[in-house]
Amino acid sequence: MAIRINGQEVAAPQDARVSLLDLLREQLHLTGTKVGCNQGACGACTVLVDGARVLSCLTLAAQADGRSVTTIEGLGSAEAPHPLQSAFIAHDGFQCGYCTPGQICAAAAMLREIAAGVPSYVTADLTAPALPTRDEIRERMSGNLCRCGAHNGIVDAILRVAEEQAA
Amino acid sequence: MSRMQNAVIASVKTALGWVPAQWLPGGTPDPLIGRSAAIGRQDNRLDGPAKVGGLARFSAEVPLQRLSYAALVYSSIVRGRITRLDTAAAEATPGVILVMTHRNMPRIGLVPLIGVTDLSAVGNSSLPILQDATIRYNGQVVAAVVAETQEQADHAASLIEIDYAAEPGKTRFEEAKTDARTPASILIEKNHVSVGNAERELAAAAHRVDNVYRTPGQNHNAIELHAVTVAWDGDSLVVHDTIQMVASSAKALAKLFGLKKDKVRVLSPFVGGGFGGKGLWDHQVVAVAAAKLAGRPLRLVLSREGVYRIVGGRSPSEQRVALGADADGRFTAIVHTGYSIMPPHGACPEQYSLCTRALYRSKSFEILQRHLDLDIVPNTYMRAPGEAIGTFAVECAVDELAHEMGIDPIELRRRNEPDRHPIHGSPFSQRALIQAYEQGAARFGWVRRQAEPGTLRDGEWRIGLGCASGSFPYARMPGANVRLTLRSDGSATIASSAQEMGMGTATVQVQHAADRLGLPVEAIGFELGDSALPAGPMAGGSSQTVSLAAAIMAASEKLTAELLRLAGNDSPLAGLRAGDVRLLDGGIGAIEDPSRHESYRSILARAARDEIVVDAAGSAPLEMLKFAMHSSSAIFCEVRVSDVTGEIRVERMLGSFDCGTILNPKTAASQFRGGMIMGLGLALTEETLFDERSGRIMNATLADYHIPVHLDVPEIEVMWTGIADPRSPLGARGIGEIGITGVGAAIANAVFNATGKRVRELPITLDKLL
Repeated sequence: MAIRINGQEVAAPQDARVSLLDLLREQLHLTGTKVGCNQGACGACTVLVDGARVLSCLTLAAQADGRSVTTIEGLGSAEAPHPLQSAFIAHDGFQCGYCTPGQICAAAAMLREIAAGVPSYVTADLTAPALPTRDEIRERMSGNLCRCGAHNGIVDAILRVAEEQAA
Repeated sequence: MSRMQNAVIASVKTALGWVPAQWLPGGTPDPLIGRSAAIGRQDNRLDGPAKVGGLARFSAEVPLQRLSYAALVYSSIVRGRITRLDTAAAEATPGVILVMTHRNMPRIGLVPLIGVTDLSAVGNSSLPILQDATIRYNGQVVAAVVAETQEQADHAASLIEIDYAAEPGKTRFEEAKTDARTPASILIEKNHVSVGNAERELAAAAHRVDNVYRTPGQNHNAIELHAVTVAWDGDSLVVHDTIQMVASSAKALAKLFGLKKDKVRVLSPFVGGGFGGKGLWDHQVVAVAAAKLAGRPLRLVLSREGVYRIVGGRSPSEQRVALGADADGRFTAIVHTGYSIMPPHGACPEQYSLCTRALYRSKSFEILQRHLDLDIVPNTYMRAPGEAIGTFAVECAVDELAHEMGIDPIELRRRNEPDRHPIHGSPFSQRALIQAYEQGAARFGWVRRQAEPGTLRDGEWRIGLGCASGSFPYARMPGANVRLTLRSDGSATIASSAQEMGMGTATVQVQHAADRLGLPVEAIGFELGDSALPAGPMAGGSSQTVSLAAAIMAASEKLTAELLRLAGNDSPLAGLRAGDVRLLDGGIGAIEDPSRHESYRSILARAARDEIVVDAAGSAPLEMLKFAMHSSSAIFCEVRVSDVTGEIRVERMLGSFDCGTILNPKTAASQFRGGMIMGLGLALTEETLFDERSGRIMNATLADYHIPVHLDVPEIEVMWTGIADPRSPLGARGIGEIGITGVGAAIANAVFNATGKRVRELPITLDKLL
């Protein structure tokens, strides 16, 4: 078995204590995935595992065995950026840039959750399809902390992409 | 911070008062004011693609061969001595390279404390670092483990056994008041200000309020953890750090480890949030020493708990603010006194009284700050130190007085707007706070506010509107250097050791340099974050942008002289002097005769030069001593408070700013909003919970210290007067810290307007409203 990371097969680490986060950052040098707390409180380490958002600091690398991991480096590239990456630049959805990869990875999965009809704390009507409104996005992105205060730009950027996807 | 310093600064200010303004920096307004092209444009951040792509490399992300990893152990008592320290089990653990304690840590001196005189002094604590068995605060570093992997280091650190002989420590705010110290000065201001007899005026005032406001400790909580990657090569040292003071940190480390200045290189191209917290603390020193002992490159990333343990935050405060007013609402007395913590081994006073000196005119003033000495990790500057919490106290008091008098709080402020600095008497360089209020009030719909609290309702929710003033002094740092390289292909590079931590440093200075040099932004590069480059200013005091701008101005003047010299007699510029020309359209041209122009390419080609390189430093920042220079703001907010649960939601916020020229509306708006959101946290959720019995911070995690999350943050509108400051480079003043000031009071005032309850102790949590 192996972990598929951004399309590449990677062997699971020997040391069972290694988190997915540390595998990415320290062994594979995929440092786009960030570390802000190492205890699941800030969201900076968010990556996609089989398309779902996961806190890589709370995930042992071994748990990703046989799964497909997408990091910010795999989501888009400089030549072909993901629409969220472009929208974050256009809406100034970051300042220092440290929480940014986690915000973008979380947003990519979050929009799929809404599309799949998963409700949230602010969903008023559980029988109707969830919509990517400003309040839904604010609630669903609340696990990703930003200390520079780029919240408005982040939500604007995600809303823009949601609108483009809907169009 | 001494009486001598007070005397020196007072005499310089007096002398400058007599010097004609045109002789000083800023005496003649910067010619770029009103002549800008790239400045003022909403350019995207130049580092945007790298940041959204995860390609911006932060300090813990530098790959090195044979890298080792460190983990720290922190003391669990406040004061005492280590009586037993058993590292055998840790040392026997697989992968462990060494354990460093006070026994084997190299002997080094004390870190020089940050100050206003020595630019290489950047320490936040002058306590010895792993030099003896003495414990001086709860959380102090007592051991470092170096291992092949982080997992091995973390595990080994957990195996170190320590016994202590505890001694009594000072950890109680209230008890420390009996030994409070009264410093002679607070930064460059005299501490004690006594104008008239404020207590007598207060007693005789037609209207008065007199209350005590309390603010808790707070932590910066940049999302990026403090981290260093260190590599020795013989007697050369390279430190990849995340730090707000690249140049001075390199100097301080050189001094500490007995190295020549050019043997220490600090690199910090990106800082993942700073807010005052990314300074020189114990962990860099420990990492450098441990790497030396281990003979290996080393990475030390503090845990989130570690950041709380050894990196100080904002001091708690207790502030008395009393305002007296005559029957017309004109202030006859302003009293602002209080206590905050600043141990003698720390360096940073929490200057909460500085805003009070500049905001209002008054017949009398009584201002005095006292410092408490506790055995804790030294506090440090955190975004708008002083002003963030000082404005909470003063601007709540103004609101309370307005309510007491039954007049609109904006009207009360208008009646007390000063026409010159209320204490020093110096003229304001530019001030349009009342205009900011008028424009902000119109945009926000202030007319909706009902004077009677609790009037507006929406079901279970009571709705309230509040406002408050923000204020932050202008500062420009001395000793800001840049290197300007102009190449024969018409491109240019500006280089300075300066910092980027989200302000858009390179983006904005490239816009500036484009206008200054008459080049397109695409032709200009900006290098920063490297102590090998000319020493830039630190990123602090909202001063970096104008400090760099002044250095670039000076460099462009040198460049002009050099270009004229090179152009010689075969140029259309022949015979012109520096004062006759300006840089524009990719070259140099006569101000009076646009036809006399020669391009950079042409001048350099004829002179057979590939490039011209000039180094320059910004002029001495004397304008800040001659003039009263402040960014100011009017903050508006609307809250709703649940009758049932006491829950408080901020529905809307608007910041109306008067901060001089806005250089890039996109990045500036983000700075303003970012400050306001940190102010929202200050008002409602943020509190470092310090257990006075154990002297320990109890909520050292991001799960227990609550910073605002997406759902807490409403859409925030920002606007500005945009009036250029005639005394500053580009007409700009600082924008990084003004955003947080006034927000605490604006929210508290809105909560009062919603509920009729006046909460004078931050944070305003729902239990205080039930």
